[in-house]
Amino acid sequence: MSTLTRQTLSHLDWLEAEAIHIMREVAGQCSNPVLLFSGGKDSICMLRLAEKAFRPGRFPFPLMHIDTGHNYREVTDFRDKRAAELGERLIVRSVEDSMARGTVVLKHPGESRNKHQSVTLLEAIEEFGFNACIGGARRDEEKARAKERIMSFRDEFGQWDPKNQRPELWNLYNARSHKGENIRAFPISNWTELDVWQYIQREELELPSIYFAHVRPVVRKGDLLQPVTELTPARPDDKIEDMRVRFRTVGDITCTAPVESDADTVAKILLETASTTITERGATRMDDQTSEASMEQRKKEGYF
Amino acid sequence: MSAPEQLPDHDHGLLRFLTCGSVDDGKSTLIGRLLFDTKTILVDTLSAIEKTSAKRGMSAVDLSLLTDGLQAEREQGITIDVAYRYFSTGTRKYIIADAPGHEQYTRNMVTAASTANLAIILIDARKGMLTQTRRHSYLASLVGIPHLLVAVNKMDLVDYDQATFERIRADYLAFAAKLGIGDVRFIPLSALNGDMIVDRGERLAWYDGPTLLEILESAPAAHTEQAEDFRFPVQFVCRPQDSSNPELHDYRGFMGRVESGEVAVGDPVTVLPSGARSRIKTIELGGAKLARAIHEQSVTLLLEDEIDISRGDLIVKSSEAAEPVKEIDAIVCWLAEAPLSTARTYLVRHTTREVKAKVARIDYRLDVNTLAQEPASVLTMNDIARVTLKLAQPIVADAYRSNRATGAFIVIDESTNNTVGAGMIA
Ligand SMILES: Nc1nc2c(ncn2[C@@H]2O[C@H](COP(=O)(O)OP(=O)(O)OP(=O)(O)O)[C@@H](O)[C@H]2O)c(=O)[nH]1
Ligand SMILES: [Mg+2]
Repeated sequence: MSTLTRQTLSHLDWLEAEAIHIMREVAGQCSNPVLLFSGGKDSICMLRLAEKAFRPGRFPFPLMHIDTGHNYREVTDFRDKRAAELGERLIVRSVEDSMARGTVVLKHPGESRNKHQSVTLLEAIEEFGFNACIGGARRDEEKARAKERIMSFRDEFGQWDPKNQRPELWNLYNARSHKGENIRAFPISNWTELDVWQYIQREELELPSIYFAHVRPVVRKGDLLQPVTELTPARPDDKIEDMRVRFRTVGDITCTAPVESDADTVAKILLETASTTITERGATRMDDQTSEASMEQRKKEGYF
Repeated sequence: MSAPEQLPDHDHGLLRFLTCGSVDDGKSTLIGRLLFDTKTILVDTLSAIEKTSAKRGMSAVDLSLLTDGLQAEREQGITIDVAYRYFSTGTRKYIIADAPGHEQYTRNMVTAASTANLAIILIDARKGMLTQTRRHSYLASLVGIPHLLVAVNKMDLVDYDQATFERIRADYLAFAAKLGIGDVRFIPLSALNGDMIVDRGERLAWYDGPTLLEILESAPAAHTEQAEDFRFPVQFVCRPQDSSNPELHDYRGFMGRVESGEVAVGDPVTVLPSGARSRIKTIELGGAKLARAIHEQSVTLLLEDEIDISRGDLIVKSSEAAEPVKEIDAIVCWLAEAPLSTARTYLVRHTTREVKAKVARIDYRLDVNTLAQEPASVLTMNDIARVTLKLAQPIVADAYRSNRATGAFIVIDESTNNTVGAGMIA
């Protein structure tokens, strides 16, 4: 055999190929998967990857969003529009319905509903009999996620057991589960925030407007900027500032903070992302900062 | 936020590597140092680990906290499972897997090693080679990692003594010769102080080789430079039946990833195990039509003829055929707490195919210390053995050393659905 310098894929092409392969494995191995779609940037990339994986056929799974009822209109409108454009089925299940059923009980009316999404998710999994949920979580987001397998097994209570994960060798993924258990599959595990923005740029993906710099009233809370909204009104002693900001991640309004920025195009966001000094969740998530292990804890309880 | 003028526009692809070696040799600290010195650690992460280090009464920042992300790991100061970390030098993206050193968690090291192109094997300069060093070296070479880098760490604790480094190098080379490991390099370093990782430091002037980062930057990214046979396991068949577009009425796309080699439109292909033949009509990727598809690309293939193909079939070039087999000899790493039983039926997943299998015999078990082959009637967790498997249906396999994708398989216990073994076909 001859020795030659082999052609290899660019890093973005490699990540794309890996993600497509993972999605196809879920479709090939699991009888009833679902793709979690929030309207956020990671899940928008996931939809493009699903198109590349399965078109000209339909997606072999519906899309599902667990709605806390506290999401930005721009994002939920975008979610609905995108699903309609693709002609794929969108299921929305709401934390408010779980509250009405009494399965989610808030400690106080103002408590963030973010972590309660686990309950609604598990209820929806049971309702539809899903045996795999494809999610857009990335290992670079958080230290517990950095430990999770690409096909991550959850027991019948939706629990992740970080000390006892299935070995995952080569790209021979094991997505098997018994009835009632399920698999969380993470096709973009190996992507960083920068990779996501590079992919958005290359694929010219449309995003909800709040990802781009815009003027919005905010209040400074420590290192974070809290947007002033109906759900998060300013307190009498707060100083409201109109600031040019963008969101690095969009989630529940009560726990997602924007960052100060002038970047109003993907190209400018890319440059900022490449030179940022704060992690994505560090700059934006109020819920991760309560304790050192809060993500791990939530995942053990069935979170994404 | 301030911004640089522009992003680098060239892309040298991606390198995956792991750190391995014995307990407490400094694997996690090394990765922390690499991320710290390449300025990958962001301010808030650093302040979080500073706080945690202080809470634990440490005087300096404990960089291992960067990868030891689980509560249980932080409590015990050990690594339990693989952590994946990412950094980019502007020219290359790196995926790092930090493997645990404890023998109990060897299976997690195997997970990390299976996808790596390069292994950094750490050795504590005070301790020299230990059983886990040998085990991890053996496993790294077994899964076919083409480049090994032996990092003699904690040089600060032996006064940066060159003779210590040379002695460990000689020991290791003697062991590597027995394993037949070809490409192995050595580097002295102190992960704690950051000597010879990104910066050279001042105490290792006698070492004139490249720094760790320089070695990583120049390491070949591909597993092999050899031309490989084309192997395309079919993952999914696309038949857009309900489509209103009449052009799609007869569309039959075979979706998968080019696991090795490459293929071009017009190439004669054979579908295995059936043996049916056709030619490549079209290669598609996300609506675009490609003239050829290369190694690791996920594409959709359309053939000239209508033949019956489903998930689990393998498409190969007719000139590079392979034989379906119902019995295989393989090296197996047993990964489960429940021992391997020759009485039981297991499931073997090979490419995209699953078949039932029984272990017909255990030819020998390997002592990783001496590399001696011992007779065995049972395999327990972390054992490595040569076995013969009988399969209920044929698989189309190559030897692992000539093709990783068609030479590898996993063993699944159907009662728990757990992955209990990793196999490499001899
Ligand atoms: N003096 C000195 N200490 C080091 C060096 N590298 C690591 N250490 C210390 O060695 C101890 C173990 O380091 P870790 O990085 O956790 O070791 P590890 O190999 O990841 O351990 P496991 O993953 O549990 O097998 C810690 O106390 C480190 O601070 C070094 O170069 N010099
Ligand atoms: Mg460690």
